[in-house]
Amino acid sequence: MTLTSGGLALPARRRPAVLRPAWSAGTWLAATHLMVGMVLGLAGAPLLLAVPFTGGLLLLPVAWLLTRWHRARFAAYLGVAIQRRPARPGGRWSPRGWWAEMRSAALWRAVGYHLLAAVVGPLSAVVVLAVWSAGFVLATMPLHHRRLHRDVVLGVSLHQPALLAGATATGVLLLLLVAPRVIRGAAALDTSVARALLEPRSHAELTRQVASLASSRAEVVAATDNERRRIERDLHDGAQQRLVSLAMNLGIARAGLTDLPAPARAAIADAHEEAKQALAELRGFVRGLHPAVLDDLGLDAALSGLTARSAIPVRLAVDLPRRPGATIEAVAYFVVSEALTNVARHAGANRIDVTVDQPAADRIRVRVADDGRGGADIDAGTGIRGLAQRVGSVDGTLELSSPAGGPTVIVVELPCES
Amino acid sequence: MRVVIAEDSVLLREGLAKLLDAGGFTVVAAVADADALLSAVDEHRPDLVVVDVRMPPTHRDEGLRAALVLRRRWPDIAVLVLSQYVEERYAAELLSRETSGVGYLLKDRIADVTEFLDVLRRVAAGGAALDPEVVAQLLVRHRPDPLGRLTARERQVLTLMAEGRSNAGIAGQLVITESAVAKHVNSIFMKLELTAADTDHRRVLAVLRFLQA
Repeated sequence: MTLTSGGLALPARRRPAVLRPAWSAGTWLAATHLMVGMVLGLAGAPLLLAVPFTGGLLLLPVAWLLTRWHRARFAAYLGVAIQRRPARPGGRWSPRGWWAEMRSAALWRAVGYHLLAAVVGPLSAVVVLAVWSAGFVLATMPLHHRRLHRDVVLGVSLHQPALLAGATATGVLLLLLVAPRVIRGAAALDTSVARALLEPRSHAELTRQVASLASSRAEVVAATDNERRRIERDLHDGAQQRLVSLAMNLGIARAGLTDLPAPARAAIADAHEEAKQALAELRGFVRGLHPAVLDDLGLDAALSGLTARSAIPVRLAVDLPRRPGATIEAVAYFVVSEALTNVARHAGANRIDVTVDQPAADRIRVRVADDGRGGADIDAGTGIRGLAQRVGSVDGTLELSSPAGGPTVIVVELPCES
Repeated sequence: MRVVIAEDSVLLREGLAKLLDAGGFTVVAAVADADALLSAVDEHRPDLVVVDVRMPPTHRDEGLRAALVLRRRWPDIAVLVLSQYVEERYAAELLSRETSGVGYLLKDRIADVTEFLDVLRRVAAGGAALDPEVVAQLLVRHRPDPLGRLTARERQVLTLMAEGRSNAGIAGQLVITESAVAKHVNSIFMKLELTAADTDHRRVLAVLRFLQA
C-alpha cells in the first residue's frame, strides 16, 4: 500500500516518532478519504436499492458510476491507483457487451464492494468521529467539568483534580496516538478491500489463466493433428484400397474383354481412366492432409513427395539438424502444402523455391518463394489467412512479402524445443 | 514363376492373387502381415515377393522393413514393394544394398494390368523398377551437378530407365527412334561419369545417382 505521508512544516527529527502520524498530512487526507467514503456509501445505498425496481437495468450504470467515484476518491486522498479492468472488446454498452458484463464475476465483485461500502464506509467514519469526539471531550474536561449535569459518577466526584488530569491525559492520548492509527487502519482496510473487489484479478491469476489457455490450446492443436492422422488412416484402409481394387478390375476387363462391341469397350476404358484419376486425386488430397511418411521419417522425406506433385517446378532444400516435435512438423508441412496450392491457384508462377532450415536452436524457418505476379494479401485470400491461423496456433510467425508484379515470399518461423 | 503376396486388405490380396494367376504366375501364399510373410518365404522359397508397405500391427512401414530383411536373407528372391504413396527415402533404403530384382511402385500401377504384369516379370528376371513418382521426387531436390547438367529430355529418359525400361521401351514411350534413345543414354552416362567398365549396371547406377546425391 502506498499511503502518502506528507510532513508539516516542522522538521521530522524534532518530533517523537510515535507522534508522527498525528502531524502527518497523510493522516488528515486519509480522514477526509473516510469521510468522503461515508458520503459515497450513503449515496450508493439508495441507488443500489433502486436497482431491483428497474428490473436490474440500472445495475450496470450504477455500479460503473460508483466504481468511478470510489476510484477517484482513492486517487485523490490516498494516492492509490485502483486498476481499471481492461475494456471488453466490442464495447460495454452494446447489447452483447451488456449481457456479457452482467454475467461477469468482475461486475458482481464491484457490486459487493459498493454494498460493503454502504455499511462499512459510514461505520468507519463514525468510529473515527467517535474517537475524535471522545478525545476532545476528555482532553478539555478541566474547562467544562463545572457544566456537567452530574457531579458524581459511581461514587467518584468528577471534579477531583486527579480525575481531571487523568481525563485530559486520556483525551490527548486518544487524539494524538489512537485517532491517527484508527484513521490509517480504516483507510488501509478500505484500500485492500477495494483492491480485491474493484481491480482486475491479480497478475498471478492472469498468469495462471494464460498458462491454462496455452495448454488447452496445445491440446486442441494436438487433437486436430490426431484427427488428421485418423482420417488419413481411414482413407488408406478403406476408400483407397477399394478404389485400387476397382481400378484393377476395370483394368482386367479392359485388357481381357476385347471381343465386346466398341461402345462397351469405350465405356470400360472411360471407367478405368476415371478410377485411376480418382485414385490420383484422393492420393493428392491425403498427401496434403497428413502423410504417413511425416511421422515415420520426418519433414525432409515428406516434403519431397509433396513438392514433386506440384504442377509448377519446385526446388526443395531442407536443412534440419534434427527433427522438431510432431506438431511443429505437421504445421511446417501444412505451410508448404498450402503455400504450393496458393501459388498454383493465384500466382501464375513458373518456379517455386522451398527451403526449410533452423536459424536458431529454438526455431525452424520455412520459406516459400515464387516468381509469380505477386499482390497476395493476408486479408484477401482465404488460403494465406488459414495458414497464418495455423501458424499462430503454435505461436509461430508468418511474414508475407508480395509486391504487385512479384515475387511473393512467405517466411514462417515456428518455435521448437531447443 | 512362384509368388508370395503380402497385403493386409483382403479385397486387394485376393484381387492381386487372381490377377497374378491369370498372368501366368503361381501364387504359393497370400498373407496379411510381415511376420507371416517371412515365414511363408522361408517355407516356399518363391521367385518373387509382392509386398505392401503398410501392414499390421503398426500400419507404418513394416512391409518395407520386411522387404529389407528378405533382400538380406535371400538375395536371389526378387521383391516388388507396393504402396499407396511412394517415398524417395524408402526407395533409397530399398536400393541401398542390391539393385537387381527389386521394384517400388504405387498401387495405382496395378490398374494398368498388362504393364503391371510386365514390371513383375522384369523384376523377377533381375531388373529394377522405380515408380515415376519417386523419380519426380528426386528431381525437386537442390543438387549440385552433375544431375543439374541433364537436359529435360535426358531427365525423361532417366526417369524411364528408372522404371526398368529397355531402350526399345523408352523409344516407344517417347515416340523417338531407338538410336536417339541410345544417344541420350550415352550422354547421361557421360554426364554422370559412369565409365564403360560398369556396362552391366550402368543403367541402374545412373538411377542410383539420383538416390545417393
